Amino acid sequence: MPKSATPKPVKDLNYEQALAELEGILSALENDQKSLDESMKIFERGQALVARCNELLEAAELKVKKISGDALIPFEDDSS
Amino acid sequence: MTSLAPPARAGVCLSGKKARALVRLLILEYPRLVQPTLFASVQWTVSSLTRYVRDLLESDASLQDVWVEGEISNLSRPASGHVYFTLKDSGAALRCVLWKTSAARLGMNLQEGLAVAVHGKLGVYEVSGQYQLYADQIRPVGEGALYQEFLRLKAVLEAEGLFDGARKRPIPELPRRIGIITSGTGAALRDILNTLRRRSPLAEVIFAAAPVQGVEAPPALVAALAALDAQATDVILLARGGGSIEDLWAFNDERVVRAVVACGTPVICGVGHETDFTLCDFAADLRAATPTAAAELATRITREDLAAYVRDAGLRLATMLLNLLAAQRNLFAGLIAELRYASPERRVISERQRVDDYARRALAGLVHRVRLEAAQLKGLAQGLDALSPLAVLGRGYAVVTRKTDGRVVSRLALASAAMRVRVSDGEFDVRKS
Repeated sequence: MPKSATPKPVKDLNYEQALAELEGILSALENDQKSLDESMKIFERGQALVARCNELLEAAELKVKKISGDALIPFEDDSS
Repeated sequence: MTSLAPPARAGVCLSGKKARALVRLLILEYPRLVQPTLFASVQWTVSSLTRYVRDLLESDASLQDVWVEGEISNLSRPASGHVYFTLKDSGAALRCVLWKTSAARLGMNLQEGLAVAVHGKLGVYEVSGQYQLYADQIRPVGEGALYQEFLRLKAVLEAEGLFDGARKRPIPELPRRIGIITSGTGAALRDILNTLRRRSPLAEVIFAAAPVQGVEAPPALVAALAALDAQATDVILLARGGGSIEDLWAFNDERVVRAVVACGTPVICGVGHETDFTLCDFAADLRAATPTAAAELATRITREDLAAYVRDAGLRLATMLLNLLAAQRNLFAGLIAELRYASPERRVISERQRVDDYARRALAGLVHRVRLEAAQLKGLAQGLDALSPLAVLGRGYAVVTRKTDGRVVSRLALASAAMRVRVSDGEFDVRKS
Protein backbone atom coordinates (compact mmCIF):
# COMPACT_ATOMS: atom_id res chain seq x y z
CA MET A 1 0.00 0.00 0.00
CA PRO A 2 1.17 3.49 -0.93
CA LYS A 3 1.25 4.55 2.68
CA SER A 4 4.66 6.05 2.31
CA ALA A 5 4.88 9.79 1.88
CA THR A 6 6.51 9.62 -1.52
CA PRO A 7 5.39 6.63 -3.52
CA LYS A 8 7.77 5.44 -6.20
CA PRO A 9 6.99 6.83 -9.65
CA VAL A 10 5.01 4.17 -11.51
CA LYS A 11 7.51 4.11 -14.32
CA ASP A 12 10.07 2.75 -11.86
CA LEU A 13 7.85 -0.17 -10.87
CA ASN A 14 8.16 -3.60 -12.37
CA TYR A 15 5.06 -5.61 -13.15
CA GLU A 16 4.87 -7.45 -9.84
CA GLN A 17 5.31 -4.26 -7.85
CA ALA A 18 2.74 -2.38 -9.89
CA LEU A 19 0.25 -5.23 -9.63
CA ALA A 20 0.77 -5.67 -5.90
CA GLU A 21 0.23 -1.97 -5.30
CA LEU A 22 -2.82 -1.97 -7.56
CA GLU A 23 -4.32 -4.81 -5.55
CA GLY A 24 -3.64 -2.89 -2.36
CA ILE A 25 -5.39 0.15 -3.80
CA LEU A 26 -8.41 -1.86 -4.88
CA SER A 27 -8.85 -3.36 -1.46
CA ALA A 28 -8.27 0.00 0.19
CA LEU A 29 -10.91 1.66 -1.98
CA GLU A 30 -13.29 -1.21 -1.41
CA ASN A 31 -12.90 -1.49 2.33
CA ASP A 32 -11.64 1.72 3.83
CA GLN A 33 -13.44 4.96 4.46
CA LYS A 34 -11.28 7.68 3.07
CA SER A 35 -11.69 11.34 2.32
CA LEU A 36 -12.63 12.19 -1.22
CA ASP A 37 -9.35 13.93 -1.72
CA GLU A 38 -7.43 10.92 -0.53
CA SER A 39 -9.61 8.54 -2.54
CA MET A 40 -9.12 10.58 -5.68
CA LYS A 41 -5.41 10.60 -5.11
CA ILE A 42 -5.12 6.86 -4.75
CA PHE A 43 -7.57 6.33 -7.59
CA GLU A 44 -5.32 8.32 -9.85
CA ARG A 45 -2.43 6.25 -8.64
CA GLY A 46 -4.45 3.13 -9.39
CA GLN A 47 -5.14 4.30 -12.92
CA ALA A 48 -1.48 5.00 -13.46
CA LEU A 49 -0.68 1.51 -12.17
CA VAL A 50 -3.19 -0.10 -14.56
CA ALA A 51 -1.59 1.81 -17.40
CA ARG A 52 1.86 0.77 -16.21
CA CYS A 53 0.86 -2.90 -16.05
CA ASN A 54 -0.62 -2.78 -19.53
CA GLU A 55 2.42 -1.04 -20.87
CA LEU A 56 4.73 -3.63 -19.33
CA LEU A 57 2.60 -6.48 -20.67
CA GLU A 58 2.55 -4.99 -24.15
CA ALA A 59 6.21 -4.25 -24.28
CA ALA A 60 7.45 -7.31 -22.42
CA GLU A 61 10.24 -9.17 -24.12
CA LEU A 62 11.79 -12.24 -22.61
CA LYS A 63 15.18 -11.36 -21.15
CA VAL A 64 17.60 -14.22 -21.51
CA LYS A 65 20.93 -14.31 -19.75
CA LYS A 66 23.49 -17.01 -19.67
CA ILE A 67 25.69 -18.06 -16.81
CA SER A 68 29.29 -17.70 -17.82
CA GLY A 69 31.60 -18.63 -15.00
CA ASP A 70 30.36 -16.51 -12.11
CA ALA A 71 28.88 -13.83 -14.34
CA LEU A 72 25.61 -13.40 -16.19
CA ILE A 73 25.97 -12.36 -19.80
CA PRO A 74 23.20 -11.51 -22.27
CA PHE A 75 22.26 -14.52 -24.31
CA GLU A 76 21.14 -14.25 -27.90
CA ASP A 77 19.47 -17.27 -29.30
CA ASP A 78 18.56 -17.63 -32.93
CA SER A 79 15.07 -18.89 -32.29
CA SER A 80 13.27 -15.58 -32.06
CA MET B 1 19.69 -101.12 -10.65
CA THR B 2 22.56 -100.97 -8.21
CA SER B 3 22.35 -99.26 -4.92
CA LEU B 4 25.72 -97.71 -5.28
CA ALA B 5 25.56 -94.05 -4.62
CA PRO B 6 27.74 -91.76 -6.68
CA PRO B 7 29.86 -89.23 -4.83
CA ALA B 8 27.60 -86.43 -5.91
CA ARG B 9 24.89 -87.71 -3.65
CA ALA B 10 26.93 -86.88 -0.62
CA GLY B 11 25.45 -83.40 -0.45
CA VAL B 12 28.56 -81.72 -1.76
CA CYS B 13 27.95 -78.70 -3.89
CA LEU B 14 29.83 -78.74 -7.13
CA SER B 15 30.52 -75.93 -9.46
CA GLY B 16 28.75 -76.12 -12.82
CA LYS B 17 31.95 -77.09 -14.57
CA LYS B 18 32.79 -79.88 -12.16
CA ALA B 19 29.23 -81.08 -12.30
CA ARG B 20 29.36 -81.24 -16.06
CA ALA B 21 32.56 -83.21 -15.93
CA LEU B 22 31.00 -85.55 -13.48
CA VAL B 23 27.97 -86.04 -15.65
CA ARG B 24 30.16 -86.91 -18.59
CA LEU B 25 32.16 -89.31 -16.49
CA LEU B 26 29.08 -91.00 -15.20
CA ILE B 27 27.43 -91.38 -18.55
CA LEU B 28 30.47 -92.70 -20.34
CA GLU B 29 32.46 -94.52 -17.69
CA TYR B 30 30.10 -95.59 -14.99
CA PRO B 31 29.01 -98.91 -16.48
CA ARG B 32 32.63 -99.87 -16.95
CA LEU B 33 33.64 -98.77 -13.50
CA VAL B 34 30.96 -100.74 -11.72
CA GLN B 35 31.13 -103.70 -14.08
CA PRO B 36 34.77 -104.64 -14.09
CA THR B 37 34.23 -108.08 -15.59
CA LEU B 38 33.40 -108.75 -19.22
CA PHE B 39 30.64 -111.20 -18.72
CA ALA B 40 28.83 -110.00 -15.74
CA SER B 41 27.92 -106.59 -17.22
CA VAL B 42 24.62 -105.03 -16.06
CA GLN B 43 22.26 -104.17 -18.87
CA TRP B 44 20.79 -100.64 -18.50
CA THR B 45 17.72 -99.75 -20.29
CA VAL B 46 17.72 -96.38 -22.00
CA SER B 47 15.00 -95.29 -19.69
CA SER B 48 16.69 -96.41 -16.51
CA LEU B 49 19.95 -94.86 -17.54
CA THR B 50 18.32 -91.64 -18.50
CA ARG B 51 16.30 -91.56 -15.29
CA TYR B 52 19.52 -92.17 -13.39
CA VAL B 53 21.25 -89.30 -15.10
CA ARG B 54 18.24 -87.10 -14.50
CA ASP B 55 18.28 -87.93 -10.81
CA LEU B 56 21.94 -87.13 -10.69
CA LEU B 57 21.51 -83.71 -12.25
CA GLU B 58 18.45 -82.77 -10.35
CA SER B 59 19.91 -83.76 -7.03
CA ASP B 60 22.80 -81.32 -7.47
CA ALA B 61 21.67 -78.18 -5.69
CA SER B 62 24.15 -76.02 -7.57
CA LEU B 63 22.55 -77.01 -10.88
CA GLN B 64 19.10 -76.11 -9.64
CA ASP B 65 19.83 -72.42 -9.27
CA VAL B 66 21.96 -71.13 -12.11
CA TRP B 67 22.33 -67.99 -14.18
CA VAL B 68 23.60 -68.70 -17.66
CA GLU B 69 24.56 -66.02 -20.11
CA GLY B 70 24.28 -66.49 -23.83
CA GLU B 71 22.55 -65.56 -27.04
CA ILE B 72 19.08 -66.72 -27.94
CA SER B 73 18.70 -68.89 -31.06
CA ASN B 74 16.16 -71.37 -32.46
CA LEU B 75 13.45 -69.45 -30.65
CA SER B 76 10.14 -71.26 -30.91
CA ARG B 77 6.75 -70.43 -29.49
CA PRO B 78 4.27 -73.18 -30.15
CA ALA B 79 0.56 -72.76 -29.48
CA SER B 80 1.00 -74.35 -26.07
CA GLY B 81 2.40 -71.02 -24.83
CA HIS B 82 5.64 -72.55 -23.68
CA VAL B 83 8.78 -71.06 -25.17
CA TYR B 84 11.71 -73.10 -26.43
CA PHE B 85 15.09 -71.79 -27.44
CA THR B 86 18.74 -72.58 -27.49
CA LEU B 87 21.20 -70.48 -25.57
CA LYS B 88 24.51 -70.27 -27.37
CA ASP B 89 27.91 -68.84 -26.90
CA SER B 90 30.94 -69.30 -29.12
CA GLY B 91 31.68 -72.76 -27.79
CA ALA B 92 28.48 -74.48 -26.74
CA ALA B 93 24.73 -74.59 -26.83
CA LEU B 94 22.14 -75.22 -24.16
CA ARG B 95 18.54 -76.17 -24.73
CA CYS B 96 16.15 -74.03 -22.73
CA VAL B 97 12.48 -74.26 -21.91
CA LEU B 98 10.38 -71.45 -20.53
CA TRP B 99 7.03 -72.66 -19.28
CA LYS B 100 3.95 -70.70 -20.19
CA THR B 101 3.44 -69.30 -16.69
CA SER B 102 7.04 -68.07 -16.47
CA ALA B 103 6.84 -66.69 -20.01
CA ALA B 104 3.81 -64.63 -18.99
CA ARG B 105 5.73 -63.06 -16.09
CA LEU B 106 8.82 -62.32 -18.17
CA GLY B 107 8.29 -58.58 -18.85
CA MET B 108 10.54 -58.52 -21.88
CA ASN B 109 10.51 -59.52 -25.50
CA LEU B 110 12.64 -62.48 -26.46
CA GLN B 111 14.29 -62.13 -29.81
CA GLU B 112 16.54 -64.22 -31.91
CA GLY B 113 20.15 -63.16 -31.28
CA LEU B 114 19.37 -61.27 -28.07
CA ALA B 115 22.04 -61.47 -25.39
CA VAL B 116 20.40 -62.57 -22.17
CA ALA B 117 21.07 -64.07 -18.82
CA VAL B 118 18.74 -66.95 -18.05
CA HIS B 119 17.97 -68.28 -14.61
CA GLY B 120 16.60 -71.71 -13.96
CA LYS B 121 17.37 -75.29 -13.04
CA LEU B 122 19.05 -77.97 -15.06
CA GLY B 123 17.12 -81.11 -15.86
CA VAL B 124 16.78 -83.91 -18.38
CA TYR B 125 13.99 -84.37 -20.83
CA GLU B 126 13.88 -88.09 -20.91
CA VAL B 127 11.85 -88.50 -24.08
CA SER B 128 14.59 -87.03 -26.21
CA GLY B 129 17.40 -87.74 -23.82
CA GLN B 130 18.36 -84.16 -23.68
CA TYR B 131 19.44 -82.26 -20.69
CA GLN B 132 18.12 -78.72 -20.69
CA LEU B 133 17.61 -75.61 -18.65
CA TYR B 134 14.17 -75.06 -17.26
CA ALA B 135 14.16 -71.26 -17.25
CA ASP B 136 12.11 -69.09 -14.88
CA GLN B 137 13.70 -65.63 -15.31
CA ILE B 138 15.39 -63.94 -18.21
CA ARG B 139 17.00 -60.50 -18.22
CA PRO B 140 18.77 -58.66 -20.95
CA VAL B 141 22.49 -58.08 -20.76
CA GLY B 142 24.40 -55.26 -22.47
CA GLU B 143 21.73 -52.55 -23.00
CA GLY B 144 19.74 -54.52 -20.52
CA ALA B 145 22.48 -54.02 -17.97
CA LEU B 146 21.78 -50.26 -18.02
CA TYR B 147 18.16 -50.96 -17.35
CA GLN B 148 19.11 -53.22 -14.46
CA GLU B 149 21.29 -50.47 -13.07
CA PHE B 150 18.37 -48.06 -13.48
CA LEU B 151 16.10 -50.37 -11.51
CA ARG B 152 18.73 -50.98 -8.85
CA LEU B 153 19.46 -47.27 -8.31
CA LYS B 154 15.79 -46.41 -8.45
CA ALA B 155 15.11 -48.93 -5.69
CA VAL B 156 17.96 -47.55 -3.57
CA LEU B 157 16.93 -43.90 -3.94
CA GLU B 158 13.29 -44.74 -3.50
CA ALA B 159 14.11 -46.51 -0.26
CA GLU B 160 15.89 -43.36 0.87
CA GLY B 161 12.68 -41.44 0.31
CA LEU B 162 14.11 -39.18 -2.39
CA PHE B 163 11.11 -39.72 -4.62
CA ASP B 164 8.51 -39.16 -1.92
CA GLY B 165 5.58 -37.03 -2.98
CA ALA B 166 5.75 -35.30 0.39
CA ARG B 167 9.06 -33.64 -0.36
CA LYS B 168 7.93 -32.24 -3.70
CA ARG B 169 7.57 -28.48 -3.64
CA PRO B 170 4.90 -26.49 -5.42
CA ILE B 171 5.93 -24.75 -8.62
CA PRO B 172 5.36 -20.97 -8.46
CA GLU B 173 2.58 -19.92 -10.78
CA LEU B 174 4.25 -16.73 -11.90
CA PRO B 175 8.00 -17.17 -11.63
CA ARG B 176 10.03 -14.01 -12.16
CA ARG B 177 13.32 -15.79 -12.74
CA ILE B 178 13.35 -19.06 -14.61
CA GLY B 179 16.49 -21.16 -14.76
CA ILE B 180 17.14 -23.44 -17.71
CA ILE B 181 19.67 -26.25 -17.79
CA THR B 182 20.15 -27.95 -21.13
CA SER B 183 22.52 -28.15 -24.03
CA GLY B 184 23.33 -24.86 -25.74
CA THR B 185 22.87 -26.45 -29.12
CA GLY B 186 19.84 -28.71 -28.84
CA ALA B 187 16.27 -28.13 -29.92
CA ALA B 188 15.19 -28.30 -26.28
CA LEU B 189 16.52 -24.81 -25.55
CA ARG B 190 14.79 -23.34 -28.59
CA ASP B 191 11.50 -25.05 -27.70
CA ILE B 192 11.67 -23.80 -24.12
CA LEU B 193 12.56 -20.21 -25.03
CA ASN B 194 9.83 -20.04 -27.66
CA THR B 195 7.29 -21.30 -25.18
CA LEU B 196 8.38 -18.87 -22.47
CA ARG B 197 8.47 -15.98 -24.94
CA ARG B 198 4.91 -16.72 -25.99
CA ARG B 199 3.47 -17.37 -22.54
CA SER B 200 5.43 -15.30 -20.08
CA PRO B 201 7.61 -12.62 -21.68
CA LEU B 202 7.81 -10.73 -18.38
CA ALA B 203 10.04 -13.42 -16.99
CA GLU B 204 13.77 -13.30 -16.83
CA VAL B 205 15.58 -16.39 -18.00
CA ILE B 206 18.93 -17.56 -16.72
CA PHE B 207 20.40 -20.22 -18.94
CA ALA B 208 23.11 -22.56 -17.74
CA ALA B 209 24.52 -24.56 -20.62
CA ALA B 210 25.60 -28.10 -19.85
CA PRO B 211 26.35 -31.13 -21.97
CA VAL B 212 23.41 -33.50 -21.63
CA GLN B 213 25.13 -36.73 -22.57
CA GLY B 214 28.53 -38.32 -22.20
CA VAL B 215 30.79 -38.70 -19.23
CA GLU B 216 31.17 -34.96 -18.68
CA ALA B 217 27.39 -34.47 -18.50
CA PRO B 218 26.65 -35.53 -14.89
CA PRO B 219 29.21 -33.24 -13.19
CA ALA B 220 28.24 -30.37 -15.52
CA LEU B 221 24.56 -30.84 -14.74
CA VAL B 222 25.31 -30.91 -11.02
CA ALA B 223 27.34 -27.69 -11.32
CA ALA B 224 24.60 -26.01 -13.37
CA LEU B 225 21.97 -26.87 -10.76
CA ALA B 226 24.12 -25.34 -8.03
CA ALA B 227 24.84 -22.24 -10.15
CA LEU B 228 21.17 -21.59 -10.91
CA ASP B 229 20.21 -22.28 -7.33
CA ALA B 230 22.66 -19.53 -6.33
CA GLN B 231 21.04 -17.13 -8.83
CA ALA B 232 17.83 -17.01 -6.79
CA THR B 233 15.77 -18.49 -9.57
CA ASP B 234 12.14 -19.25 -8.77
CA VAL B 235 12.08 -22.48 -10.74
CA ILE B 236 14.63 -24.50 -12.70
CA LEU B 237 13.88 -26.42 -15.90
CA LEU B 238 16.14 -29.42 -16.38
CA ALA B 239 15.65 -30.47 -19.97
CA ARG B 240 16.86 -32.56 -22.83
CA GLY B 241 15.36 -33.68 -26.11
CA GLY B 242 14.64 -37.30 -26.93
CA GLY B 243 17.24 -40.00 -27.40
CA SER B 244 18.15 -43.59 -26.64
CA ILE B 245 18.47 -44.87 -23.09
CA GLU B 246 22.24 -44.33 -23.33
CA ASP B 247 21.69 -40.74 -24.53
CA LEU B 248 19.45 -39.99 -21.56
CA TRP B 249 21.72 -41.79 -19.13
CA ALA B 250 23.14 -38.68 -17.48
CA PHE B 251 19.68 -38.04 -16.05
CA ASN B 252 19.85 -41.44 -14.32
CA ASP B 253 23.22 -40.63 -12.79
CA GLU B 254 23.10 -40.81 -9.03
CA ARG B 255 25.03 -37.52 -8.64
CA VAL B 256 22.56 -35.65 -10.81
CA VAL B 257 19.55 -37.20 -9.11
CA ARG B 258 20.89 -36.27 -5.69
CA ALA B 259 21.68 -32.73 -6.89
CA VAL B 260 18.07 -32.34 -8.06
CA VAL B 261 16.89 -33.40 -4.62
CA ALA B 262 19.38 -31.08 -2.89
CA CYS B 263 18.51 -28.08 -5.06
CA GLY B 264 16.86 -25.30 -3.05
CA THR B 265 14.80 -24.23 -6.03
CA PRO B 266 11.88 -26.28 -7.34
CA VAL B 267 12.96 -28.31 -10.37
CA ILE B 268 10.84 -29.32 -13.34
CA CYS B 269 12.38 -32.17 -15.29
CA GLY B 270 11.54 -32.45 -18.99
CA VAL B 271 13.76 -35.09 -20.51
CA GLY B 272 13.11 -37.05 -23.67
CA HIS B 273 9.62 -37.85 -24.83
CA GLU B 274 6.38 -38.79 -23.13
CA THR B 275 7.44 -42.41 -22.73
CA ASP B 276 10.90 -41.75 -21.33
CA PHE B 277 11.29 -41.85 -17.59
CA THR B 278 14.56 -40.97 -15.92
CA LEU B 279 15.45 -40.99 -12.24
CA CYS B 280 15.60 -37.17 -12.43
CA ASP B 281 11.93 -37.29 -13.40
CA PHE B 282 11.19 -39.10 -10.16
CA ALA B 283 13.43 -36.82 -8.09
CA ALA B 284 12.17 -33.55 -9.59
CA ASP B 285 9.38 -31.56 -7.99
CA LEU B 286 7.43 -31.93 -11.22
CA ARG B 287 7.88 -34.19 -14.21
CA ALA B 288 7.16 -32.84 -17.66
CA ALA B 289 6.81 -35.09 -20.68
CA THR B 290 8.96 -32.86 -22.92
CA PRO B 291 11.07 -29.69 -22.67
CA THR B 292 8.16 -27.67 -24.10
CA ALA B 293 5.80 -29.12 -21.51
CA ALA B 294 8.30 -28.17 -18.81
CA ALA B 295 8.20 -24.55 -20.00
CA GLU B 296 4.40 -24.63 -19.98
CA LEU B 297 4.25 -26.04 -16.47
CA ALA B 298 6.58 -23.26 -15.32
CA THR B 299 4.24 -20.59 -16.68
CA ARG B 300 0.77 -21.52 -15.52
CA ILE B 301 -0.20 -17.86 -15.53
CA THR B 302 0.31 -16.50 -19.03
CA ARG B 303 0.52 -12.98 -20.40
CA GLU B 304 -3.13 -13.28 -21.50
CA ASP B 305 -4.16 -14.16 -17.96
CA LEU B 306 -2.28 -11.15 -16.64
CA ALA B 307 -3.78 -8.81 -19.23
CA ALA B 308 -7.28 -10.03 -18.34
CA TYR B 309 -6.56 -9.49 -14.68
CA VAL B 310 -5.30 -5.95 -15.23
CA ARG B 311 -8.29 -5.18 -17.42
CA ASP B 312 -10.56 -6.37 -14.66
CA ALA B 313 -8.66 -4.36 -12.06
CA GLY B 314 -9.05 -1.24 -14.21
CA LEU B 315 -12.80 -1.83 -14.46
CA ARG B 316 -13.12 -2.36 -10.74
CA LEU B 317 -11.19 0.80 -10.15
CA ALA B 318 -13.39 2.81 -12.51
CA THR B 319 -16.56 1.39 -10.96
CA MET B 320 -15.31 2.30 -7.54
CA LEU B 321 -14.58 5.83 -8.66
CA LEU B 322 -18.04 6.20 -10.17
CA ASN B 323 -19.60 4.97 -6.94
CA LEU B 324 -17.42 7.25 -4.96
CA LEU B 325 -18.30 10.23 -7.12
CA ALA B 326 -22.01 9.42 -7.02
CA ALA B 327 -21.87 9.25 -3.24
CA GLN B 328 -19.97 12.50 -3.09
CA ARG B 329 -22.42 14.16 -5.47
CA ASN B 330 -25.34 13.18 -3.26
CA LEU B 331 -23.51 14.45 -0.25
CA PHE B 332 -22.72 17.65 -2.10
CA ALA B 333 -26.30 18.17 -3.23
CA GLY B 334 -27.43 17.87 0.38
CA LEU B 335 -24.83 20.35 1.49
CA ILE B 336 -25.81 22.82 -1.23
CA ALA B 337 -29.43 22.75 -0.09
CA GLU B 338 -28.38 23.32 3.47
CA LEU B 339 -25.98 26.01 2.50
CA ARG B 340 -28.53 27.80 0.39
CA TYR B 341 -30.89 28.04 3.34
CA ALA B 342 -28.19 29.47 5.56
CA SER B 343 -26.85 31.65 2.83
CA PRO B 344 -26.28 35.48 3.27
CA GLU B 345 -27.71 35.81 -0.23
CA ARG B 346 -31.16 36.42 1.11
CA ARG B 347 -29.89 39.22 3.28
CA VAL B 348 -28.01 40.65 0.34
CA ILE B 349 -31.22 40.72 -1.63
CA SER B 350 -33.09 42.59 1.08
CA GLU B 351 -30.23 44.98 1.52
CA ARG B 352 -30.23 45.63 -2.15
CA GLN B 353 -33.92 46.42 -1.98
CA ARG B 354 -33.36 48.81 0.79
CA VAL B 355 -30.62 50.54 -1.17
CA ASP B 356 -32.93 50.79 -4.15
CA ASP B 357 -35.56 52.23 -1.93
CA TYR B 358 -33.20 54.80 -0.54
CA ALA B 359 -32.06 55.70 -4.00
CA ARG B 360 -35.59 56.14 -5.20
CA ARG B 361 -36.46 58.28 -2.26
CA ALA B 362 -33.31 60.35 -2.66
CA LEU B 363 -34.13 60.96 -6.28
CA ALA B 364 -37.66 62.02 -5.48
CA GLY B 365 -36.33 64.50 -2.91
CA LEU B 366 -33.93 65.89 -5.40
CA VAL B 367 -36.59 66.42 -8.03
CA HIS B 368 -38.85 68.16 -5.52
CA ARG B 369 -36.05 70.38 -4.52
CA VAL B 370 -35.18 71.28 -8.08
CA ARG B 371 -38.81 72.14 -8.71
CA LEU B 372 -38.89 74.28 -5.61
CA GLU B 373 -35.79 76.11 -6.68
CA ALA B 374 -37.23 76.63 -10.13
CA ALA B 375 -40.42 78.19 -8.67
CA GLN B 376 -38.43 80.42 -6.44
CA LEU B 377 -36.32 81.52 -9.37
CA LYS B 378 -39.41 82.38 -11.32
CA GLY B 379 -40.72 84.60 -8.47
CA LEU B 380 -37.41 86.39 -8.27
CA ALA B 381 -37.41 86.96 -12.01
CA GLN B 382 -40.86 88.50 -11.78
CA GLY B 383 -39.72 90.83 -8.98
CA LEU B 384 -36.76 91.76 -11.07
CA ASP B 385 -38.99 92.58 -14.03
CA ALA B 386 -40.96 95.08 -11.96
CA LEU B 387 -37.77 96.93 -11.21
CA SER B 388 -36.50 96.89 -14.77
CA PRO B 389 -36.49 100.26 -16.66
CA LEU B 390 -37.60 98.29 -19.65
CA ALA B 391 -40.89 97.61 -17.96
CA VAL B 392 -41.59 101.44 -17.99
CA LEU B 393 -41.41 101.43 -21.80
CA GLY B 394 -44.43 99.16 -21.79
CA ARG B 395 -46.40 101.79 -20.17
CA GLY B 396 -45.70 104.29 -23.07
CA TYR B 397 -42.41 105.84 -22.02
CA ALA B 398 -39.54 105.92 -24.51
CA VAL B 399 -35.78 106.30 -24.19
CA VAL B 400 -34.13 108.79 -26.58
CA THR B 401 -30.42 108.48 -27.24
CA ARG B 402 -28.08 110.45 -29.47
CA LYS B 403 -27.08 108.52 -32.50
CA THR B 404 -23.62 109.91 -32.46
CA ASP B 405 -22.53 108.87 -28.98
CA GLY B 406 -25.50 106.99 -27.56
CA ARG B 407 -25.98 109.38 -24.63
CA VAL B 408 -29.47 109.43 -23.20
CA VAL B 409 -31.14 112.74 -24.06
CA SER B 410 -32.49 113.51 -20.64
CA ARG B 411 -32.37 117.33 -21.15
CA LEU B 412 -32.93 119.59 -24.12
CA ALA B 413 -29.35 120.63 -24.20
CA LEU B 414 -28.38 117.10 -24.96
CA ALA B 415 -30.65 116.93 -28.03
CA SER B 416 -28.73 116.40 -31.32
CA ALA B 417 -29.75 116.31 -34.97
CA ALA B 418 -30.13 112.57 -35.18
CA MET B 419 -31.47 110.60 -32.31
CA ARG B 420 -32.79 107.07 -31.62
CA VAL B 421 -35.99 106.31 -29.85
CA ARG B 422 -36.47 103.07 -28.00
CA VAL B 423 -39.93 101.83 -27.22
CA SER B 424 -41.07 98.65 -25.52
CA ASP B 425 -40.82 96.46 -28.61
CA GLY B 426 -38.11 98.14 -30.73
CA GLU B 427 -36.47 101.45 -31.73
CA PHE B 428 -36.51 104.05 -34.52
CA ASP B 429 -34.56 107.11 -35.54
CA VAL B 430 -35.83 110.69 -35.37
CA ARG B 431 -34.54 114.10 -36.53
CA LYS B 432 -34.72 117.30 -34.47
CA SER B 433 -36.83 119.88 -36.28
